[in-house]
Amino acid sequence: MTTTTPTAHDDEHEAINSEIGGSHELSTWATLKRGLELSPELVRGLWVTVLLALFATLGKVLIPFVVQQATDNGILADGGPDVDFVLRAVLLAAGAIIFTGFAQYVVNVRLFKAAESGLATLRIRAFRHIHDLSVLTQSTERRGGLVARVTNDVDTISMFVQFGGIMLLVSTAQMLVATVLMVIYSPILAGVVYLCVIPLVVLVTKFQPMLGRAYGAVRLRVGDLLGAVSESIVGAVTIRAYGVEERTEARIDGAIERHRAAAIKAQIRSVIAFTSGQAFGGITTAIVLVVGTVLAANDQMTLGQLLAFLFLVNLFTQPVQQATEIFNELQNAVAGWRRVIGVIDTPADVSDPGTDGVRLPRGPITVEFEDIAFSYPGGDRVLQDVNLTFEPRTRIAVVGETGSGKTTLAKLLTRLMDPSEGRVLIDGVDLRDIAFDSLRRRIVMVPQEGFLFDESLMENIRFGRPEAADEDIELAMTELGLDPWLSGLPLGLATQVGQRGESLSAGERQLVAIARAYLADPDLLVLDEATSAVDPATEVRIQRALEGLTRGRTSVAIAHRLSTAEAADVVVVVDRGHIVAVGPHEELVDAGGVYTRMHASWAAQQQG
Amino acid sequence: MTSATRPVDRPRPSPAILRQGLRVLWTGIRQQKKVFSVAVGGAALWALATVATAWAIGYVTEHAVTPAVESGEVTSGGLWMIFLVLFGVLLFNMAGVVLRRVAASIAGFNLQALYRRRVTRQYLRLPLSWHHSHPSGQLLSNAHADIEAAWQIFNPLPMAIGVLVMLVIAGTQMVVVDPFLALIGFLVFPGLFAANLVFQRVMSPRITRAQQLRAEVAEVAHESFEAGMLVKAMGREQEETTRFGGVTNDLRNSLINVGRTRGMFEPVIEAIPVLGTLAVLAVGTARVASGDLSAADVVEIAYLFSILAFPVRALGWVLAEIPRSVVGFRRVDSVLQAKGSMEFGEGDLPREGAAHSRSVGVSYAFAEPAERAVLGAEDPLEDPGPSVPVGPQRAMAIRDVTLDVPAGRTVALVGPTGSGKSTLTSLVLRLIDPDSGTVTLDGIDLRSVRKGEVPEVGTLVAQQTFMFDDPVRDNVTLGAELPDDVVWEALRTARADGFVSGMPGALDAVIGERGGNLSGGQRQRIALARAIVRRPRLLVLDDATSAVDPSIEQAILGGLRETGDGMTVLVVAYRMATIQLADHIVYLEQGQVVDQGTHAELLVSCEGYGDLVNAYAREAAERAAVAADEETV
Ligand SMILES: Nc1ncnc2c1ncn2[C@@H]1O[C@H](COP(=O)(O)OP(=O)(O)OP(=O)(O)O)[C@@H](O)[C@H]1O
Ligand SMILES: Nc1ncnc2c1ncn2[C@@H]1O[C@H](COP(=O)(O)OP(=O)(O)OP(=O)(O)O)[C@@H](O)[C@H]1O
Ligand SMILES: [Mg+2]
Ligand SMILES: [Mg+2]
Repeated sequence: MTTTTPTAHDDEHEAINSEIGGSHELSTWATLKRGLELSPELVRGLWVTVLLALFATLGKVLIPFVVQQATDNGILADGGPDVDFVLRAVLLAAGAIIFTGFAQYVVNVRLFKAAESGLATLRIRAFRHIHDLSVLTQSTERRGGLVARVTNDVDTISMFVQFGGIMLLVSTAQMLVATVLMVIYSPILAGVVYLCVIPLVVLVTKFQPMLGRAYGAVRLRVGDLLGAVSESIVGAVTIRAYGVEERTEARIDGAIERHRAAAIKAQIRSVIAFTSGQAFGGITTAIVLVVGTVLAANDQMTLGQLLAFLFLVNLFTQPVQQATEIFNELQNAVAGWRRVIGVIDTPADVSDPGTDGVRLPRGPITVEFEDIAFSYPGGDRVLQDVNLTFEPRTRIAVVGETGSGKTTLAKLLTRLMDPSEGRVLIDGVDLRDIAFDSLRRRIVMVPQEGFLFDESLMENIRFGRPEAADEDIELAMTELGLDPWLSGLPLGLATQVGQRGESLSAGERQLVAIARAYLADPDLLVLDEATSAVDPATEVRIQRALEGLTRGRTSVAIAHRLSTAEAADVVVVVDRGHIVAVGPHEELVDAGGVYTRMHASWAAQQQG
Repeated sequence: MTSATRPVDRPRPSPAILRQGLRVLWTGIRQQKKVFSVAVGGAALWALATVATAWAIGYVTEHAVTPAVESGEVTSGGLWMIFLVLFGVLLFNMAGVVLRRVAASIAGFNLQALYRRRVTRQYLRLPLSWHHSHPSGQLLSNAHADIEAAWQIFNPLPMAIGVLVMLVIAGTQMVVVDPFLALIGFLVFPGLFAANLVFQRVMSPRITRAQQLRAEVAEVAHESFEAGMLVKAMGREQEETTRFGGVTNDLRNSLINVGRTRGMFEPVIEAIPVLGTLAVLAVGTARVASGDLSAADVVEIAYLFSILAFPVRALGWVLAEIPRSVVGFRRVDSVLQAKGSMEFGEGDLPREGAAHSRSVGVSYAFAEPAERAVLGAEDPLEDPGPSVPVGPQRAMAIRDVTLDVPAGRTVALVGPTGSGKSTLTSLVLRLIDPDSGTVTLDGIDLRSVRKGEVPEVGTLVAQQTFMFDDPVRDNVTLGAELPDDVVWEALRTARADGFVSGMPGALDAVIGERGGNLSGGQRQRIALARAIVRRPRLLVLDDATSAVDPSIEQAILGGLRETGDGMTVLVVAYRMATIQLADHIVYLEQGQVVDQGTHAELLVSCEGYGDLVNAYAREAAERAAVAADEETV
């Protein structure tokens, strides 16, 4: 876990309800600090870059100076233009521009490298952390929003970290140089300039939080927008089948419009900030000229000095204006940064005990549920008083009405969630103490909603055991009796399954999901409606294959088709969050409870 | 899981980028004429005011400062004049900047919004086959990042136009002072142009690649987050991170490449005007020495040049943005130009009574989704789109099927996994068009019917339920204005009223993205209610009760029977009870109708059918026999 900042959620009790944060509470400064901490590449070797940048800036300041010298002392020299002097000055300036140009190039490349490397690290880190969050925390945000956090939000930062930071340093340096020179020329006028800066500083400081909020709103809208678009793409079939294109359009349009409005609002604020910087520059020049005239008239400086001082004022106000612009960019970056940091600093409530965790040996597995109760965040109890023991080498069927809590039970068993009360033990060890790699090796679940990657069948099955050779996968398919199906596909295992497996039929997707879990070869296999869309003949075949092959293993199958229950050693009946019966099918079927009713209706369906 | 390694494009020099860039700009300007004019007006005002500032300082120095210093007397009138003249020019300058910046960003964001609407409409319009070859993550990236890339150029654009105004003013002045010297100065422009041409050439393929990789990063992230539960259940977080890290690092390298080019271009663009100034100085001095020109003239020209140096950079920014803009626009445009949306006719369908659905001799083959399309590839062949299927075709999913669902009847579709049942239901409701054969409703060819007409008459409850991130009510009504009691009635028929009333907020309860807060069976029941509430004339249930327990399924089907007069039902099912509700059963195998008739008839005539529907019973019998054997032994 990476709760390193003191501002991050330190209230562990609320962890179970944690939502993905926006880290709005982080100040600009804290955000920057945390951001740099997360992307150390951003500051690595920065001093070299800064030196080079200062060098390049020096060159840029030098050139107008040389030009001015060439004009004053060359062309306008007393006694006619001094061609030699001008040529020398011109060559010097040309040399300087080539050198500074080169330095600038190096600076740019170094900055790009540092920025992109730092941001890549940040993306990967955030991505990983999203996967480490519990399923419940993940589901507090739309997928589109999560995608935004590792893509567009990070992109927002890049502009600032590429140039903003370094420009700020260079600008400060330029301001310092200009200040020193101004004080040398005329301390009074330098004081005047600084008096003029004060209102600007006040204004900019006041404006920062407002800008920050405006940019934050834009980021939020981008997340919404992507969420809405994602829904319209993933729900394409439903939208077409129900002819609700217009309604979907209206929803997306709303999100687009809100994004547009937020973006324009933020832009207007940033223009106001920029204009105030510009006003400062102009007004300062005017006031300096007025005060300077008074001073010059009173012989406290010469006209030449006054005009030279104006040049310095320009040298000073330019970086100040630039800084106000960079502060804009900073707020924009911070808005994106906050969202990324918000993810990374969201505590992973169902977390891997990691190296401290227990590693269990493989082999037959015992499962115990001890006084389990569970409620989803903000909801009622969906499981209560669950006490169960699954002996090793048994086939358990979990049955119950829709919404009775079967999937919830499976999720607790596989530690996708932690119980609100009680403990789940395997081989006598609390699940929370078992290292994830050991746990995931021993227990594998085929979820109710299977998911396939946009890859070949082969790669999808290999997901169950990444190190499996092609032959292992072919063998697994044969063992499961899926060869006849494969031979019907022209490309066999090389068949592409399409996005989310959409190029397969629903039943075929389930076959792949089962093969995948089978390949993983766990000690405990949890099947949540894993064959609900498979035809009965195939289902029976697969069940036989699994039975033969998993003999000696523990398996938990959730099913509405009670054929599964008939074949199991133990049937667990769940009713509205309570375990109402446990025992073999033969016993329960005549006991006159919920199961008897369910089975009667099932049997009636079978006879017809 | 190797999408990162697939070569996405071949870098190809394209000298036409600048021309294309101008075309993109023109496209944008045309659509935002008014706002853009305001921005350009502001930019012109700003340009004038900037030139005027130099003039104003000279003016007050000559008319107020110098007299005061020389006389040693300061008049308040003189001081006010200094301040007011400078302040006045400043006000114009600021007004120009505000107008320019605000209007420019409004134009830019308007364009972004406009194209987002167009692109997302196109997503909704394009057929499902197009979606199959375009990953969702890429489409997300297209709707956001590509559109942003295309139109962000509108932010610096007006300033660049302002710079052009400045250049014209300054150029005229220079020509007036000394045409020869001005000519040397103007050599700067071919220089800028040449530098820019080289830049565009190098940059364009690099940006193309970066935008594509950006989309791939989004694609991997989107897919991986959708698979979140599976990744967790299998403990594959590290593998997924490695996969994501692969594309992310590719993107990083590609962006660094872009940065290299840009990092080179900027100093060059900055240096060229400075070198021009220096050339003017050198040549100017020589001309002064030879007596062709006065020193003051050279100084003036040099000064004009030096004040232009910074604004010329703004021109550089716009030029630097052009490749990104072109690439973004090309990717967006390829979606907008994508063909193959369904053609619709003008006809209507009857609205009364049960519908009669008839499909004659229909066949359908899916295109092999082997190649994923690359958006905006320069070579149109790289974006196969739906009309140019590449790779081998899948075996036909539906082959010469004739299916008759008489009005008011219930027909069951039965067949093994992957036999084409879902495909057939999609054809019946025209979610896809057959490759050959015709599909009719009440004798009317569906292709001749208006858009939106088929969903009014026929409703599909798909095999996989899809829920919107909305309250229960909206998931049932899908936006139709329906009184609550009608919604409750539908929920009751689907046996969903019980748990819905138990949820906090009942009809207003939020169910999460994709209905994540509900159990699988609950989602199915809401999907059923969604169909029932529309009182369709043809209801198609594609295995719509698989996650519902048997007793409830019976209740639901019974409910449908009661309310279902005036409704034709086509149901895909395995369960005997469901099948038995049907008047007629069609048995499919490998996309073909093998047999049809009543349950009793099929049991006799069709072996495959018997195997399928009796699988459980046979299994139970065998188990019982084995158990009995064991007991006797
Ligand atoms: N993420 C969630 N947030 C809030 N409530 C939830 C969530 N998931 C499930 N529930 C609720 O918890 C209860 C139990 O759900 P569960 O998914 O365990 O049911 P189930 O027995 O698997 O049902 P089915 O047979 O339909 O799959 C249901 O009432 C459901 O609405
Ligand atoms: N988008 C697609 N692209 C390519 N092939 C597809 C696509 N969708 C389905 N198929 C193939 O077409 C065949 C028929 O699929 P269909 O979904 O109609 O089967 P089904 O009878 O509904 O099966 P199930 O009982 O598993 O739902 C299958 O072999 C499947 O692999
Ligand atoms: Mg469930
Ligand atoms: Mg199907």
